[in-house]
Parts: sequence; C-alpha cells; structure tokens
Amino acid sequence: MYFRKSSRHRLLKCWLLGFFVCSTSSVMAAAPDMEEIWRTVQMQSKKIEQLENQLTESQNRLLEAQQRLNTASDAHAISIKNQSVIAATREELEATIESVELAMEQDNIADRNTTLGGYGELHYNNLDKGSAVDFHRYVLFLNHQFADNLNFYSELEVEHSIAGEGKVGEVELEQAFVQWDYNQSHNLKFGLFLVPLGILNETHEPDTFYGVERNSIEKNIIPATWWEAGVGFNGELAPGWGYDVAVHSGLNLDADNASASKRSSIRSARQKVGKATAENFAATARLSFSGVPGLRVSAAFQRQTDLTQGDDDDVGVTGIGANLYEFDLQFQRDMFAVRALYAKWDIDSDINQLNLGADEQVGWYVEPSVKLNPKLGFFARYGSYDLLASDSASASEKKQLDVGLNFWVHPRVVVKLDYQKQDNENGTDNDGFNIGMGYSF
Amino acid sequence: MKHLLFYLTLFISQVCVGAEYISEQAFIRQSFDNAPVMKSIWLKGDRQEVAKEMLGHRYPALRLRYWMDGAKSAWIMNEVGKEKPITIGVTIEGNKIERVSILAYRESRGGEVRHPYFTEQFVGAGLKPNADLGKPVDGIAGATLSVRAVTNISRFALYLSESTLGELAVGQISP
Repeated sequence: MYFRKSSRHRLLKCWLLGFFVCSTSSVMAAAPDMEEIWRTVQMQSKKIEQLENQLTESQNRLLEAQQRLNTASDAHAISIKNQSVIAATREELEATIESVELAMEQDNIADRNTTLGGYGELHYNNLDKGSAVDFHRYVLFLNHQFADNLNFYSELEVEHSIAGEGKVGEVELEQAFVQWDYNQSHNLKFGLFLVPLGILNETHEPDTFYGVERNSIEKNIIPATWWEAGVGFNGELAPGWGYDVAVHSGLNLDADNASASKRSSIRSARQKVGKATAENFAATARLSFSGVPGLRVSAAFQRQTDLTQGDDDDVGVTGIGANLYEFDLQFQRDMFAVRALYAKWDIDSDINQLNLGADEQVGWYVEPSVKLNPKLGFFARYGSYDLLASDSASASEKKQLDVGLNFWVHPRVVVKLDYQKQDNENGTDNDGFNIGMGYSF
Repeated sequence: MKHLLFYLTLFISQVCVGAEYISEQAFIRQSFDNAPVMKSIWLKGDRQEVAKEMLGHRYPALRLRYWMDGAKSAWIMNEVGKEKPITIGVTIEGNKIERVSILAYRESRGGEVRHPYFTEQFVGAGLKPNADLGKPVDGIAGATLSVRAVTNISRFALYLSESTLGELAVGQISP
C-alpha cells in the first residue's frame, strides 16, 4: 500500500524484461534436433501402446472377475432356493410317512374295531365201535369294540359239517356277550357266555390241547362245551389271583327220555339258550391262582337250584338241586407240562328216580406231556369217569388211556395222532386210533 | 341297604376307562438314569424279513422309534395276541434284556402277562444264534397267545438293538 499504481507497473516491466533475456539465452543453447524429437515421440508412442494393452488386459480381467462373481452369486441363490425346496420336500415326506404309518396303525392294530377269527378241526376215528371221518367243528369268531372298555364277543359254530332237519350236525351260537371293563382289573359281562369251569370249556382251540378229541371227562362231567345266558363278573383280586362269579340260566334234565342214561345225563341237560326254560337259575364261582410262571390252579363251585326246571317234562319229579365241585391244575416248566382235573356232581337223590346211581357223577384225569421243540410234543392221559357213581352195581365206570403226539406245522396249525384204550366196566371197550388236524386264527 | 349302597359306591369309584398300566414316558423314565436320545429306525429290507420270521408277519410300520443312552436302548412295540394289540416295552443293555413291561393290554383274557412274576423271566435273556431267547420262559395257562406275543416282541427288540448297535459301530446309522 506504500506504492502507487504507476510505480507498481514500472517494477513489473523490469522483472519481465530480465526473465525474457535469461530464458532466450538458455533455449538457444540446448535445442534438440528433429531426429531426437522423432525418437522421443516413437518411445512415447510405444509406451502409450503398452499402457493401452495393459489397460485392455485389466479391463478383460475385471470383466471376467465380474462374470465369475455374477455366476457365484447365481449359484448361491440357487443353493438357497434348493435348500428351501429340500426342506419343504422333507416336510412333505415326513407328513406322508406319518400319514401312511397312521393308516397302517389304524388298519393293523390300534383301531381295529371289528375282528374276525375262528378255528376248526377235522377228525378221523378208527375205533372198535366204528370208523368215521368228520369235520367236527367249524367256528367263526366275530367281535366288535364299541369303546376301549366295551367289547362284544361272539362264536358261531357248525358242528359235524352239515345241519338241518334229520342231519347229524348243528349250527350253534356258543358265545354272544358284551364285556364292560369297568376297571383295569375287573370286568362285567352279560349275554350268552361260556361257563367258567374246567380247562377246556373256555379255551378249546385245537392247537391249545393234546389229543384229537376233547377228553371224555370234561366232555361228560363239566360238560364242555357249555354255555349259558346271564351276567358275570371276572377279574383279579390280587396279582395272580383271578376270580369269576356268574349267575346264569340252568340245566334242564331230559326227564321223559326213553333212555335212562339220557334222563340223568348232565350233558344232555344243556339247553343251549334256545328257548330255554328259565324257571330256575344257577350260579358259578371260580377262584384261580397263576402267580407262578407256568402254573395255574383253579377251584370252582356251581349250584343248580333245580335240574328239572320245575318238572318241565311233567314226569312227577322236581326240585332236584345239584352242586358241582371242580379242581384243575396246569403246570409247565421248560419242555415238560402236566394237566390234571377232578370234577364231581353231588345231586339230590331224587334224580335216582330217573336213573339209579345218578346222584353222584364224577371224573378225573392226569395228562403229562413233553414238547421236544416248538413243533413236536408227546402226551399221555389217563383218567376215568362214572355217571352212576353212587350205585356200585351199575358197572358204569369208564377208564381211558390216551397216548399220542401233536405236530404244529405252524404255531396255530396242528396235526394230531393218538391211540386210545377205553376200558368200560360193562365190557364194551372202545379202543382204536384217531387222526386229526386243527387250526385257529 | 347300607351295605348295598357302600358296595355300589365302591363299585362306581372303581370304574375307569382303558387298560394302560404304564405310560410311555414313565417306561422311558424307569429305563434310563439319564435323559436318552430318541431315534428312529427304518424297518426295511432284512429287518422286515426278520420280523416275518420272529413275529410271523411284517411289523406294521415304516419306522420305529426307540430311545438310546450309550449301549442301552428302549423299544416300544405293539403285537396282537389273539385279537387286540398288546403294547410292550423292552429295555436292552449289552444285548441282554434288562426290563420287559406291558404298557397296555387290550385282550379279553391273559392279562396276567403284565405281572412282574411273568415279565421278570425275560431279564438277562439274549438272542441265540437260532433267534430263540437265550433262556426259557414258562407260559401262563390260558394265555398262550399273549405269552407268545410278549416273547416274540422281546426277540425282535433284541435283534433291532443288535442291528442298530452294529451300525453305530461302523457309523452307518441314519436316525
């Protein structure tokens, strides 16, 4: 600010003049020639070309990298999508499997509400009294579950293959009852059911016992198979202690039959719940112990209030009460087993008016067996029964020895062979052999 | 009359539904000290063939759940005795049966198989080369089919246990 404008112009002119003089003298001293300039231009051109090449290469690499990056990104996206699809497919597969398993379970096990079963047995008997071939029993079970604790059971049987007027066989309804499991250990049943007595009366599928024919003692004394209509309780009092109590329809002697043995026959007194006279009822009680593996011991008692059902046949004999006492044992240890049974009817003496000596009817048997393997077993059975036991002069005792084998083709299909020697006190022996097959399902 | 009312009240108080004796969870708790891992096994190929040999039929499932802790495993399966399924639990350790329990019984007769005096016979039993149980099991008269069902399921559980342990050893299991 100390200088005026004119002073500043003079100073600038002096500085420019000095700079021009100095510059001009320097340039004039180092000026290149044209060739040198040309070489310099050539070198710079090459360098520019190299740089351009490098740039192109870099751009290509960059482009390539970009493409790879894009590809990787696409693959990643596809992978994520695939995982999602796999997860969804797995869920669908799981749902399908669960659905199939549920259907299988419902079809095969838990919710099978109506079931069909059965058993049958074909016999060939070659005995002193004659030979016969007989499809003895063809049985169908039809059961239905109304609820977890309410079930219906039924058993329909064709005996001796053919039934009808004048035919040898019969169609029989042997079971038709509803069971209410009102408690885990106690049941109530009502309807038509098997009387809880003996070994064979309730369990008589042919693959479960030895011998082609059911043993004579249970057939004639119990008398198996025996069913009545009524109401019954059964269950367990304590682990291993079972009970049965039932009130049911009673027996009715065929008191006007021409045959004395028929008149007093307990077996013939079964009414089979077919328009059965029900003037007098009966009651059965049984106590069983099976608290040791392989062992079952039972004691049973039955009271019949009147075997004539109030003189149903009008023969002038009535009020015949009767008691049945029955004991049985089943024991199995390893390959060895034994069955034994004792049963006795103690009947009012008025029955002697129908057949002398019939007020005591008694029988027993013992049956040891050995099962060599799951398919083959041998047995022997010895027993006797007497339907006129109180009359020592009746010569009515029958003793029988059976020996034979069971061959289980399948656990529930059996072929049987046995030899029987029946010594009857009245001299009418009945010896021979039996062949049979049986099944259950 | 008082007695009648007493017994009627007692009867009604006893009424309950179902035949489940022990729940699945309770059976698993009783079988293991520690919490086991639940796995499942596919019942395919040889396993169903073995089922047909041991049970007499294919096992009606595609897969079977089981529980495992170390060398101990627990199996729960259903098998029909005569008509209805029996739910059977089998615990196995070291290829030997440690416990057999009946979780639910639905048949009309033969429920004695649920009692310890029967099921304890299985403890310590293994599987023989011919696929039988390694020790005899005495039956219950009148409960032949239920006894057979429990015995066969025990054999099948032993087979499955050996099968899965074998696969674990070579790292092939696919839970």
